[in-house]
Amino acid sequence: MNPFALEPLGDSALLVRLGDGIDIATNRSALALAATLRAAALPGIRDIVPAYASVCVHYDIAEFASAAGPGSPHLLAAERVGEIAARFLQANSGGTDAAAEDDAPVLEIPVRYGGEFGPDLGDVATQAGIDEQAVIERHANGNYRVAMLGFMPGFPYLLGLDESLHTPRRASPRTRVPAGSVAIGGAQTGIYPRELPGGWQLIGRTPLVLFDPGRARPALLQPGQRVRFRAIEAGGEFAALMQ
Amino acid sequence: MIIRVLSPGWLTSVQDSGRIGHAAIGVGRAGAMDDVALRLANALVGNAENAAALEITLRGPRLRFDSDALIALTGAVIDARCAAQEIPPWRPVWVPAGSELDLGGMRRGARSYLAVAGGIDVASALGSRSTDINAALGPFSGRGLVAGDDLEIGKTADGTLGPSSTALGGRPSADRAGHDGIAAANWSLDPQPWFDARGDLPVALARGSHFESLGAASRRAIFASDFRVGNESNRVGYRLESAKLKLDAPVELISEGVVPGTMQLPPNGNPIVLMAEAPTTGGYPRIGMVATVDLPRLAQRRPGDHVRFVETSLAEAQTRYLQRERALAALIHSVTERLKR
Repeated sequence: MNPFALEPLGDSALLVRLGDGIDIATNRSALALAATLRAAALPGIRDIVPAYASVCVHYDIAEFASAAGPGSPHLLAAERVGEIAARFLQANSGGTDAAAEDDAPVLEIPVRYGGEFGPDLGDVATQAGIDEQAVIERHANGNYRVAMLGFMPGFPYLLGLDESLHTPRRASPRTRVPAGSVAIGGAQTGIYPRELPGGWQLIGRTPLVLFDPGRARPALLQPGQRVRFRAIEAGGEFAALMQ
Repeated sequence: MIIRVLSPGWLTSVQDSGRIGHAAIGVGRAGAMDDVALRLANALVGNAENAAALEITLRGPRLRFDSDALIALTGAVIDARCAAQEIPPWRPVWVPAGSELDLGGMRRGARSYLAVAGGIDVASALGSRSTDINAALGPFSGRGLVAGDDLEIGKTADGTLGPSSTALGGRPSADRAGHDGIAAANWSLDPQPWFDARGDLPVALARGSHFESLGAASRRAIFASDFRVGNESNRVGYRLESAKLKLDAPVELISEGVVPGTMQLPPNGNPIVLMAEAPTTGGYPRIGMVATVDLPRLAQRRPGDHVRFVETSLAEAQTRYLQRERALAALIHSVTERLKR
């Protein structure tokens, strides 16, 4: 059985930690455990938040306590969540099913790279010792997976960035990063769902709307979603998609 | 039934008890910073506890009511007038159609709540009417109110303007022809258990996951220092200033879940306590966790105020929370009964 660690996150949440690194296998387990916990529907649980290597479980102290019976709620929460996590890991000791996931549809994200849309493309190229076109090709040819959402509604952290493109964050963050900006921060690549301050390197922009609370699925990308990028031109397609 | 915002004050926003169930896509809770004051304001006008009301920050707005309305003010002690009459807090008050409500400065605390019978009827986003200013989500595209905004008042459960109880000092306008002034109930709640009037009670803090990574001096300083609430503090987080806190060794952390109450230590050594608009994930070391029961107390400190932390265990923090919830439920029940009489 794989080890896991349970850790309280204050008096209304706890963390189940499956590892302490950023890798696909651990993240896949975290997402599957989050789904298992969601399906278990323990009374009093308010939110279940998978991250790279952990799952955060939020609970309502009073609701959880009244359903769980006598005892200290944080201990009972750890016990209940711990049981589910242990069973899950036992059942998935060979790793969660990667094959099913590899058959899942890939969402293609059109990106206008460089120029005003990706003002840091040149810096990323210099850092990598290649030209801008090569950065675009490597970024667009990658196979990505949404590891988690966080920071802002709909902000995806993607796994799968080519190692040669890992680029440190900018020394001084921008106060305004436009919505749709495709960016690199260290080993991560992500997309800004709306105009925000930010310190990541901006290499392009997508006209797709990453987050819209009015949609049936507000976040375009869900944890676990497979993603590819496709380079597009500034004119026709970008403008048409912006409509 | 409309409230027109004539001037917004420092920051006034529509808030309910917050947004639950969407944290996995990066949507935080938001909602009232002082959830207890929100719930009591709602109870005083006969609303469900989690109805949407106005959260008023530091300096109040001017509002015009186009119809009679039953209102209640709780939370921070705020100057409140309607024409020349003072509006007493922590009780139901009828204001007549055409009234202008003038909410001014706060003598104590940082956040007052104004509930209206029927609730503020804005469209809900992802199951909540709360404004998440940092995420630009919720009513008015997630912004604070501005002059000219119109707030629709919702229907009460029985379709009236509010409880017509004789327990209220005045009566609804139908029976009150020619009566211009406000009419306040002749009873009120004692704010004492629910509002830290002197602003000097300690805030309970449990050790966070990375408490042990702090240097010995910093571990002592957390519970011995007077922290100043920094000017940059807002609904996302309270930035606390004192002697800088230092880790013994750097903590390498990848992003994982955080919740309101998380005390993070960024590299500059000034801890930040995440508040209602906490993001859903974070990557800074977590040196402490504020007891949920004391978040309203912290939320009432203003920039420049001081705060001291007293160590608590999770068991004690939860026991206090459950005791408070029982007391609050009993009080809300008695208010509800009183409004029926």
